[in-house]
This record gives sequence, structure tokens and C-alpha cells, in this order.
Amino acid sequence: MSQDYYESHRGEWQWQDGDYTVTRTTAWSGPGCHDGCGVLYYTKNGKLEKVEGDPDNPFNQGTLCMRCLEMPEFVNNPARLGHPMKRVGERGENKWERITWEEALDIVEEKVRAIWADYGPESIVCHIGTGRNNCDQIPYLCYAAFGSPNFSMGYLAGDSCFCPRSASMASQNGDFMIADCSQQFEKRYDESTGWRCPEVIVNWGCNAVVSNSDNFYGGWIVDCMQRGSKMITVDPSLTWLAARSEYWLRVRPGTDAALAMAMLNVIISEDLYDHDFVECWCYGFDELAERVSDWTPERAAEVCWVDAEDIVGAARMYAEASPAAIQWGLKLDQTTNATATACAVNSLWVVTGNVDNPGGNIIIRNAFDQNLSYGYGYHLLSPEVQAKRLGAEFPLMSRAGYSSSAHADSVLQAIETGEPYPIRMVWMTSTNPIANMGADAPRIYRALKGVDFVVVNDLFMTPTAVAFADLVLPAAMSPERNSQRCWWVPNRTLTKVTQYEECVSDDDLVTMVGKRLHPENFPWDDNIGWINHIFEYETNDKLPYKSFEEAQKAVWSYPEFQYLKHEKGLLRPDGQPGFNTPSGRIELYNTNLMLWGYDPLPDFKEPSCSPVSNPELAEKYPLVLTTGARSFEFFHSEHRQAGTVSRELHPDPLFEMSAKSAAEHGLSEGDWAWIENQRGRCRQKLHVNPSLDDRVVRAEHGWWFPETEGAEPNLFGVFDSNINNLTPQCENGDTGFGAPYANQLCRVYRCTEENSEVLPGEQVTKHGGYSKVIDESNGDVKVGAIYG
Amino acid sequence: MTVNALLIDYEFCTGCHACEVACKKHLGLPQGQFGIKLLQDGPRELPGGGWEYNYLPMPTSLCDMCASRLDEGKDAACVHHCPAHAMRFGPADEIAAAAAEKGRRAMFVPTV
Repeated sequence: MSQDYYESHRGEWQWQDGDYTVTRTTAWSGPGCHDGCGVLYYTKNGKLEKVEGDPDNPFNQGTLCMRCLEMPEFVNNPARLGHPMKRVGERGENKWERITWEEALDIVEEKVRAIWADYGPESIVCHIGTGRNNCDQIPYLCYAAFGSPNFSMGYLAGDSCFCPRSASMASQNGDFMIADCSQQFEKRYDESTGWRCPEVIVNWGCNAVVSNSDNFYGGWIVDCMQRGSKMITVDPSLTWLAARSEYWLRVRPGTDAALAMAMLNVIISEDLYDHDFVECWCYGFDELAERVSDWTPERAAEVCWVDAEDIVGAARMYAEASPAAIQWGLKLDQTTNATATACAVNSLWVVTGNVDNPGGNIIIRNAFDQNLSYGYGYHLLSPEVQAKRLGAEFPLMSRAGYSSSAHADSVLQAIETGEPYPIRMVWMTSTNPIANMGADAPRIYRALKGVDFVVVNDLFMTPTAVAFADLVLPAAMSPERNSQRCWWVPNRTLTKVTQYEECVSDDDLVTMVGKRLHPENFPWDDNIGWINHIFEYETNDKLPYKSFEEAQKAVWSYPEFQYLKHEKGLLRPDGQPGFNTPSGRIELYNTNLMLWGYDPLPDFKEPSCSPVSNPELAEKYPLVLTTGARSFEFFHSEHRQAGTVSRELHPDPLFEMSAKSAAEHGLSEGDWAWIENQRGRCRQKLHVNPSLDDRVVRAEHGWWFPETEGAEPNLFGVFDSNINNLTPQCENGDTGFGAPYANQLCRVYRCTEENSEVLPGEQVTKHGGYSKVIDESNGDVKVGAIYG
Repeated sequence: MTVNALLIDYEFCTGCHACEVACKKHLGLPQGQFGIKLLQDGPRELPGGGWEYNYLPMPTSLCDMCASRLDEGKDAACVHHCPAHAMRFGPADEIAAAAAEKGRRAMFVPTV
């Protein structure tokens, strides 16, 4: 074998390899997720030809998932948007005229100035997909260029993607906490850092190896398993990790809080908790113990459809391990009980003393104090404008500041009702809400049709763009952008290696728009100037580089990390030991929640549409529906383009039932069936999943079919297989956080010619959708209003 | 001449398709063709409790053992990218010895 190729280029950020230029950098959305893995881009004559994992990058250590490996198929895809376009037909006709960037910016400026004059800046709303571009550019556009406080995720009901867990952690601990798989160290699994491999890892409410969610690369769990970690998995389906777990708790969707409280009950009643930690560092342990005292394993077993012995066994195994880590996920957010659920799980790692210890759940902050994200530029708004942010009815989010975005459901209601003020313009970057993320997609369709001016800035012509956009602006993909980011650690950069047509990076687009409207907030010329500004003004002086030119060569930089920061006085502004909470302790009795009028202790609330809470509805819709399980092939609604490896491996939308349930419904593997409830229906293809409870159905999200007709009524088939025809908007927890995406009821029946005459696309675009009867009290559909 | 082999630790293969796609990209294979193909067994409940649920990527006749990558001093594309670090490539005798170190491992010798 010749000399090790990667070894020979160690320390270089760019080199020539025959006709190729090889560039060492990182990648994040879009396309793909927001993890920021290290990549080697191979370009030839300015075209991206192939992508390899960077073996020197500690984050992914040379490995890559299939989505980055197939990135050239998307970067060089002829279906990409390449030029600004304005609508020439009616909305939904998919007729466009190419215009110049100058013309596009003229249109935006004219509309914004007119709205400012006639309504006020708050009548402009900006959205991104959850975590897109990670995540500060479009928030800055909203606040610093448009002067509006109304940035939010594209109709993500209840902000139910990490935001509920974030708020619970912030209020309870004063900080974020994450499972310690050594990701904070450049030396990774080398224990000279003080890191220890968790004895037990609990993977709860996310299939980590598929989703790579929340800046956590799922392969790290497998790395830890190979170093001895034992697993506990909480999931309605037997995931691959569940099959390798000592305990698989097959929880009924939406009942995780009951399970967590029963585990707390076992740990406290069997005296398995960490007395020293509780004594020294916790507030409200007795109240928590009292609250969980009647949550016996037997009671939770009945609620959660899990065996009581398994709850006991898992609780003991977790509590007796030292250290143990919990890696949790999105499904804990996707219930109206999200805040309490997250507090309950957070309490598990607290009472067992797995707090900022090696191999437990560590306290993590953004590298080099660079705290941009959804709040970047918000301080530029006057208090009067900030007070107009939609969602003020939820004081924990708004007044206490535990949300850094407007409340998506409240934005939708403002569009629908004009209250508290009308919404006249919606700007959407890399978000496709009627394909993904927006619950009750037909309702969003009706609402957005009524907005005066809609800009869609995306990678491809999406159903959202066809249905609503007046202006479509082409977005650059990851290898076409210079950028940098912090999301915990490390700080890292994107280096631009290619250009597609006239696509513009988010950073440059925001700068171009901002310079026309509020030039004083944009004292830089381009994306590189903006990065340098962030390094100078938004980052502490421990960052080892001061310019993008230096940063792109370094590619990444890890800050120093210390364990047990609460013992060292490293968490509080006053430098005292303890946590950054009102009591200085971790608040098992959450005084922040109490202050704003909420229950300070975790509790379980039955989902509103369940066999228990609504037996009458369950007679018509007897199956419990959970949605949104991730696939290796897709990131949400991305990667659906025909001819790509993603669609080759995963051509159709799939839903799952147990073999027994499928047989009872007369269905076999591969049959197309309608999934239906009181809100609407969609069709997907059956995959028999022998591990499911017979009463549970799992369905995929994010489907559209770019190979089919874009114009209405088809809209790339976006409504036909859309599981969000069945989920509600504006049903949130009392905090405003959480929405029941993953705990609905449904029935399933085979697709036939007769029952498929009017497809959902036609129903939604031509016949007013599924829900003409609106309940004035909460804006939601009256249960049972659709099919009598 | 050294005979090379591929080691798969199917206790840890998550079924993520990265090897398939890395290989397709390296060999420039069209839709429907693979140099290594992911096989799946399960999930299936076992009579004594527990579940059988395994993935095993199997080299196809199109696998050229990444000859050109090895010439450049690189490792095999599938091995390089496996997010679970569940694959190894090397001389068959070394791989055979490694395969015997723990259970649930498979060794492939695509060509001799």
C-alpha cells in the first residue's frame, strides 16, 4: 500500500489531487441535517464531484451518512432553482418569469416599505425550517432588516422541536444538558480528558442512529456500545438500538411523562437516588418525591402499555449505573404535555447525580460564548416592538423569555383572524410547511393563500413555493456558502467550493436585503465580512482565530471543557458554586414555572385524542397514530427528488402496523391504504412492523413527489400522502410549548378506485380542505366535523 | 499476492446505507446496482424472548475491493464511511484473526 493519503494531507485545508481540488470543511443544512460533520469536497473545474468524510474531524471521524455522500446529486440537480423568479400566473399555477436579483430586491424593498407605512413592521413574519442553516441568518433578517419581532419556525405547532426540552432544561437547571459521548473533546474517546464511557445510555423518544438529531451524531452511541455501554430504549417501535437494549420500553405514544414519573418513583422509593447530590445541589426533592409517590410502576404500566417489571428493571439499571446518560429526542416535545415530560426526564438524571459528570449528562454551552441562533439581533428592536411578538399569551415563552421565537400557532391565528394585527408579508427560507412540520397542512394552505405578499427562498421549487409565493429566490447549498457557526461545540466553518447559477447564500441574501432597509445594522459587505463581525463582536476572545480566512483553514475549534462546573463556580454570573437558577440549585420543584403560574412539578396528562381520554372518538378511530419517525434517506421534506439514491432506496411513503393488525384490516405488505381521522386523511403504503403494539400505527412525514405535476390541484402530490392532514394546529400545552403530532387517533382502510376519486390534493385546493367547520373558541376543527 | 478481506461486525451494523452509497459513488453505479448490498434479517421475536434484528452488508460481484483507492493510499470507501465503525478491510489472515476475537462478525473475501 502506498503512503496513507489522509495522513499525507493532515493539517492542510485545501490541496490538489490530479484534476481535483480537495477542500477540508464541514457541512450543514441545506441540504441535509444541521449536525455539521467534517467533509472533504472534491471539485473539478468548479463543480462538486464527490464528498468524503474527513477522518481528521473529531465530530464524525471520517464517517458520513448517506445524505452527505449523495450531496453532489442535489448540488448538481438540474431541477434546482437557479434564478430569482416572480409569479406571472395565479398562485398555484406554477407560472414564473425570471427576473434579476436587482429586480427581486426592488420588489422586496417596495413591499416592505409599504407595509411599514400602512401597518407596521410587526405585520411581516419570517420563517425557516427547524434548525435550518443553524440558525441565525433569517432571525437577523426579521429583526434587523424588517424590524419585526415575528420570526418563527414554519408553522411548527407548539415550537415542538427541541424548544420545549430547551425551556424545561433552562428553567430547571439554568443550562442545557446533553448525553456525554465525549463530543466536547477534540480527543474524543481518549480518556485522558477525564471522559468516561457511560455504563448505561438511555435512548428515549428518538432513533438516534437514524435521526442524528439535536447536534448529536447517532454513531456516537454505537461507539460507546463498542466500549461497553449497555442500552435502554424507550420507543413505540423496536428500533435497531432497542433490539440491542437490555430493556426496550414500548411506550404508548404520548405517555412518556407517566413512564418517567414511575421510574422516579422506583428510584426514590427503593432509595437508589444519589443522596449527596440531592442534598447539596437540588431544590424541591421532597415535593418531587411526594408528586411521584402514587406513580407506581403498575399504574404507569396501565397508562403506558409497558410491563411494570420492565419499568422497575429499567429504573434500577439506570440508577445503579455510574455513570449513566440519557439521550432524548423529539417525541418528548410532540405532546401537549411537553414541558412536564421534559422536566420529568431531566429529573431522572438529576436525582441520580448524573449532572455534569464524565459519562453522564453534561452542561454544555455554545463555544466561545457565541450565542446567536433564533435571538440574533432581537435586541435591536425597541421594547414596544418586542412586546408585539406573537405568542404574548404564553408568559413563560414571551415575558420570561424561554422562547427565542414567536409562537408558530399564534402566527397562524394572526394570519387567519387579523388579530392582534394583520400579517401582510411572509418570508420563508428553507421551509416547506405544507409538506413538513406544519401541523394541519390544509389549514396552513387556507391561511397562507390570504397573505398579501409571500417570498419563498429555497433550494428547489417546492409545493409551498408553487402554492403561495409571489417571489421565489434560489438558495445556495452547503458547499456554496462561506459561513461559520456555534451550536455547543466546536466552532466550525463552511468553505464555499462551488457556485450554482445565481444562487445566493442566506448570509449574502440577508445582507443584500438588510442594506436596503436598515443599512446601519449591516456594517459589512458580504458573508465573509459578516463572519468577521461575529468573530469580533459576538464571540469571546478565546476563539483562536479572528478572521474567516484563518477560520476556514482551522476548519474547527474546540473550547476548553470542564466537568462539575457547579462545584467550581463556573455556571453563575456571580462566580459562586451552584447552578444558574433562582435558588442556585437544580430545581426539581421548578420555581421559574411556578412564578409564571404553571405547575412546578412534573405531571402526566392524557393526550386529548386517545382511547382513554376520548373513547367516543376512539370508536370511530380506534388506532393510536404516531408520526414523523426518521428515515436514513431523508431530512424532513428534503431528498425527495426522483432519480436520487434517496428515492431509489425509499421510493414511497410508508406507514406501519403490526402483522396482526394488518391482517385484521385485510392489508398486506406494500398495500396502499388511507389513514384517516376527524381532521383529514392521506394515503401511504403499508410496511408490516412486527414489533408494534397491535393498537399503534406509525406514519412517515414530509412527503411530496417532485416528479409529478407542480400546479394545483396536485401541487407535487403534497397533500395526498401528508400525515399532517391528520394533526392539529393551536392545540398546545398550557405553557404554549408542545403539540400532539405524535399522539393522535386514526383508522386505516385499503385504497380503492371508489374511495380515491377525490384525492386530498383536490380536496384541499378545490373544495376548501377537510374542515370548513371551525370552532371559534380555539380556531381548531370540531372533532368529528368532517365525516359526520 | 495478498488476499484481502472485509470484516463486518453485524452486532453493530445499524443498516444506515452509508456503505452502499459510498460504494455506488466510488464505482459510479447506476440506479439498482450496488457494489455492496445491505441485507436485513428481522425484526423477529425469538421463542425465548428478545428479538433478532440484524443488518449485514454483502459485497457484490461489482466490488473491486477499492483497488484504485488502495493505490492512492486510501481505505475502502465503505469502511471509511461506516458511521458505526463496524467494518474493517485488510489481509485475509489478519481479518480472520480479528473475526475470531468476538462473536457476530462476518468475513467476506470478494475476490482472490
